[in-house]
Amino acid sequence: MKKLITGLVLLGVVATAVAQKDDSSNDALLSNGGIESLRGKAQLSETRESDKMKRVLKDREVVERNYVHQPPVIPHQIRGYKVDLNSNKCLSCHGWKYAKEVGATKVSPTHFETRDGMTLSDISPRRYFCSQCHVPQVDAKPLVKNEFRAVESLSHK
Amino acid sequence: MNMLKKIWQILKTPTSAAVGFVIALGFVGGVVFWGGFNTTLELTNTEEFCIGCHEMGDNVYQEYKETIHYANRSGVRATCPDCHVPKDWTHKIIRKIAASKEVWGKMTGIIDTREKFQDHRKSMAMREWKRMKDNDSRECRNCHNFEYMDFSEQGSRSVKMHSTALASGEKTCIDCHKGIAHELPDMEGVEGWH
Ligand code: HEC
Ligand code: HEC
Ligand code: HEC
Ligand code: HEC
Ligand code: HEC
Repeated sequence: MKKLITGLVLLGVVATAVAQKDDSSNDALLSNGGIESLRGKAQLSETRESDKMKRVLKDREVVERNYVHQPPVIPHQIRGYKVDLNSNKCLSCHGWKYAKEVGATKVSPTHFETRDGMTLSDISPRRYFCSQCHVPQVDAKPLVKNEFRAVESLSHK
Repeated sequence: MNMLKKIWQILKTPTSAAVGFVIALGFVGGVVFWGGFNTTLELTNTEEFCIGCHEMGDNVYQEYKETIHYANRSGVRATCPDCHVPKDWTHKIIRKIAASKEVWGKMTGIIDTREKFQDHRKSMAMREWKRMKDNDSRECRNCHNFEYMDFSEQGSRSVKMHSTALASGEKTCIDCHKGIAHELPDMEGVEGWH
């Protein structure tokens, strides 16, 4: 009996030691517990092979908007287009002066308004950096399924 | 000494042989000079030469490295002289003579810091735009030939402009494609810009 008790106690000590070691190791903290995230099945501690670079789509028709005040997405490539203190490439097509000639959509009057509703005679500083709100699209599949549909009145197809 | 005297004698009394000799001398000298001249010209016509000075190496070259004419899918590159120096001899010489002013600029340090470069960028850019406008963007057309542009391969925005304003000759490449190789200066007041 004595032998058995000693044996059990010893076993217990070893087991807790092993368990403690296990708890404090990074693996336990970093394990994803078998759950798959947007990052795939990879454990947090491992460097996953990166996805392929996505390609920006070629020029095409304007993309339907999903809701009324959505900033429309850019339906064309913008590689090399600079927007800085010296120049604004986007406005050389989308500014009211040039839009008609180029066949581009004019920036809407909201782009001339300041934060407190004043309308300026030229593009408002808060709307100067176009790519803050407007982005081109790449050939990526949605990461999660999405069944959102725009209301019928916005469709122009 | 005697030898020299003899040659001098021949040169002083023009016989047909002497005339032949002088012509030959002139010819050989000409070839050497001409060859040397053109070789030097060609040496100054490489990208290494252009970016050899820090004014170019630190400014426009760094900017240009991020553009399509430095790195692209096909690996065909445009170097500085492709866009900035005419290919045919007469125009090349004219451009090279104009460039001696730039050597003066280098010696006096007009653009020897980034700040000074930025201050002068507009006037330098305007000179290039004017030169390209006046020669109907000849250097661009050395590589890009309108005749061979396949509109079915181009984006819709490209086709719209190329098949109208470019085709009719109303506008030339540089009118619409400013800033393709370097950062732009302040575009205030430049036609077509905001
Ligand atoms: C060379 C001219 C040109 C330039 C430069 C340009 N665009 Fe466009 N853009 C167009 C044209 C043409 C359309 C398509 C209009 C159409 O088909 O009705 C368009 C469409 C758009 C649309 C969609 C509008 C809508 O109603 O859905 C947005 C947004 C846009 N561009 C943003 C930008 C931004 C931001 C930039 C700068 C990074 C830019 N564009 C630069 C010509 C240009
Ligand atoms: C702060 C965000 C923001 C910025 C910055 C911004 N936009 Fe917009 N843009 C919007 C929103 C929101 C809309 C849609 C609602 C509206 O018209 O205000 C829009 C609409 C547009 C439209 C469509 C206009 C129409 O009549 O349907 C164009 C074209 C456009 N923007 C171009 C630009 C350009 C070019 C710039 C840069 C000079 C720019 N935008 C900067 C938010 C922004
Ligand atoms: C040495 C030959 C050469 C010269 C000179 C040259 N280009 Fe190019 N250019 C190219 C090549 C090659 C490409 C495209 C590479 C690719 O897409 O793979 C190109 C691409 C372009 C593009 C497409 C940009 C894009 O984003 O798709 C434009 C615009 C352009 N060139 C304009 C010009 C203009 C304007 C000039 C004159 C100032 C000029 N090029 C001079 C060789 C040249
Ligand atoms: C009237 C204006 C205009 C003129 C003149 C013009 N282009 Fe363009 N070009 C455009 C526009 C707009 C685009 C499309 C938007 C962009 O790439 O910024 C374009 C696109 C291009 C492209 C990319 C084509 C594609 O769709 O992949 C090349 C290359 C090009 N231009 C070269 C030239 C050359 C070379 C000349 C002179 C022989 C020239 N362009 C003259 C307006 C012009
Ligand atoms: C694809 C054609 C092209 C190539 C290649 C090119 N340039 Fe330019 N360069 C231009 C054009 C066009 C301008 C006129 C300004 C503008 O539109 O950016 C210019 C302007 C300049 C200017 C005036 C300052 C400025 O920024 O406008 C300098 C200096 C210059 N280039 C030097 C160089 C050097 C050095 C190289 C090689 C590293 C080079 N360029 C390669 C087309 C080119």
